[in-house]
Amino acid sequence: MSERVGGIVASFAGRLGAFTIDVAFEIPRRGITALFGPSGCGKTTILRCIAGLQRLEGRLQVDGEVWQDSARGIFLPPHKRPIGYVFQEASLFPHLSVRENLLYGARRSGTRSDGGRGFDDVVELLRLDALLERSPGTLSGGQRSRVAIGRALLSRPRLLLMDEPLTGLDLRAKEEILPYLAMLHREFSIPIVYVSHEIAEVAQLADHMLVVSDGKLVASGPTAATLERLDLGSVVDRFEAGVVLTCRVVEQLSAFRATRLDHRGQNLVVPEIQVPIGTEIRLRVRAREVSIATRRPEGISIRNALEGTVSEIVEEPDTAYAEVLVDVGGAKLRARLTRLAVHDLGLKPGQSVFALIKSVTLDGTPAQALATGVSGN
Amino acid sequence: MVESIWSPVRLTLELAFVTTLLLLVVGTPIAWWLSRSRAPWKEAVASVVALPLVLPPTVLGFYLLILLGPNGPGGWIAGGFGLPSLAFTFPGLVIGSMVYSLPFMVQPLRNAFDAVGERPLEVAATLRASPWDAFWSVAVPLARPGFLSGIILTFAHTVGEFGVVLMIGGNIPGETKVLSVALFDYVETLQWREAHIIAGGMVVFSFAVILAMSLIERRMSRARG
Repeated sequence: MSERVGGIVASFAGRLGAFTIDVAFEIPRRGITALFGPSGCGKTTILRCIAGLQRLEGRLQVDGEVWQDSARGIFLPPHKRPIGYVFQEASLFPHLSVRENLLYGARRSGTRSDGGRGFDDVVELLRLDALLERSPGTLSGGQRSRVAIGRALLSRPRLLLMDEPLTGLDLRAKEEILPYLAMLHREFSIPIVYVSHEIAEVAQLADHMLVVSDGKLVASGPTAATLERLDLGSVVDRFEAGVVLTCRVVEQLSAFRATRLDHRGQNLVVPEIQVPIGTEIRLRVRAREVSIATRRPEGISIRNALEGTVSEIVEEPDTAYAEVLVDVGGAKLRARLTRLAVHDLGLKPGQSVFALIKSVTLDGTPAQALATGVSGN
Repeated sequence: MVESIWSPVRLTLELAFVTTLLLLVVGTPIAWWLSRSRAPWKEAVASVVALPLVLPPTVLGFYLLILLGPNGPGGWIAGGFGLPSLAFTFPGLVIGSMVYSLPFMVQPLRNAFDAVGERPLEVAATLRASPWDAFWSVAVPLARPGFLSGIILTFAHTVGEFGVVLMIGGNIPGETKVLSVALFDYVETLQWREAHIIAGGMVVFSFAVILAMSLIERRMSRARG
């Protein structure tokens, strides 16, 4: 960041009908950044502004290049921006075959032979070879998404923008696509901006997140740290609120179809995840699945009790609930308790407690307990 | 006898072909503009384009005659270049037919462009296609049913016109005497056999056009899945 400003530096402001957008943010040049917020908060508009599909007043600089500067009358039209854009509905060209769809952007961005990703690589990576001669109308939702992602990649983008590419897909199709998205981040060293209103998707995929609400930026930072914040309750659906724990696989308990994980010196046991020992995985733990005990519980079916200290308690006025933030070896865990429980247990910041994680939370599909490949990056 | 029928047939087909071709060139940008522009007065333009649908052809022909005749602005400009006026000539007939058939080309094209929507062109833009490139590689292929409808309707409509032709073209054999005018002539002179050939032929032709159109539309929608 010293000699050359990397990543994206942006600010957009303007009105769209009755809706006002006013944001300024930075996006790092590596990894996946989630643009997160409830439906209708303006996150898609922000993505369209980065692509140049929507024109608001503002400034946009990508890797030191100015793409928009309203003050100086600069606006690079979308077809001159080296981006890849994956739209919410795959939006394949219905009059072209899958192969022609993939080549549409590739031809127009010029082929490059200096080690850039070629057609065959992308086809292999996204397993598109069997689909090449088919018409988009005959593909399933998940297949369409894969083609759209491949098409965007083949236009040799320096920045990949994705607008809820999983929306409208059923659970199976989602699980089909998720591993590919996680892989993109490893295989292609291009930054990705990913719009989503699903906290689970964000927790699994994103390294950084920008939280948008009502056309304003309300928070930004690394995903884990941002998810720990208790003050974003109005943006993050309380029911879904939770944190991400990064763990390492230490033992496969094959006889019990379970996997033992290490989280900063403490153990967790989850239903079997079939990855090699030593793999880092991300687990999402919802606040509503965490209980608190003041002593180590015995004779209880819950296997996962992490020792920690209470760092913050936020009571929700006019409701029965409170959220308690527990520091577990430096990582934070959120627990959603009743205010009565907080009162009866006499919970106070600084107090030592055990956070009980109902194992059902960790009953993750492979996608939910996705290998992030942090080490191989 | 039969040769005298062939001359109007050839002339009619020639007129319909030239008119359709020129309207394709003129109508496409108009339809595109009507589909994409956000100008508040675009519906006024759309109404002007649609006027020939409701105006009696003779009214249209009358104004065109005034406009193109030796004493009108058209004739005056032509005279300035040392050319004869366009009234009662084949080029004059083409201009008249183009005005008369304009909505039959523009309307289907505009509907087709509307149906294409903004999204495919945005996708094309994010894949480095310039607006011109995207128009040809995405908008035109996706609007193909509209182009087919426009071409067929314009051609058929031009073949069947009468009022405008009579007003601006008159009845000059080999120059402006097209089928509909010839039919009128034969009836007036009680040549029923020739009249039957032309009238019957027109019925068959019109039927074939409408059948072809519905078949094309069905095939297109099936191909699209």
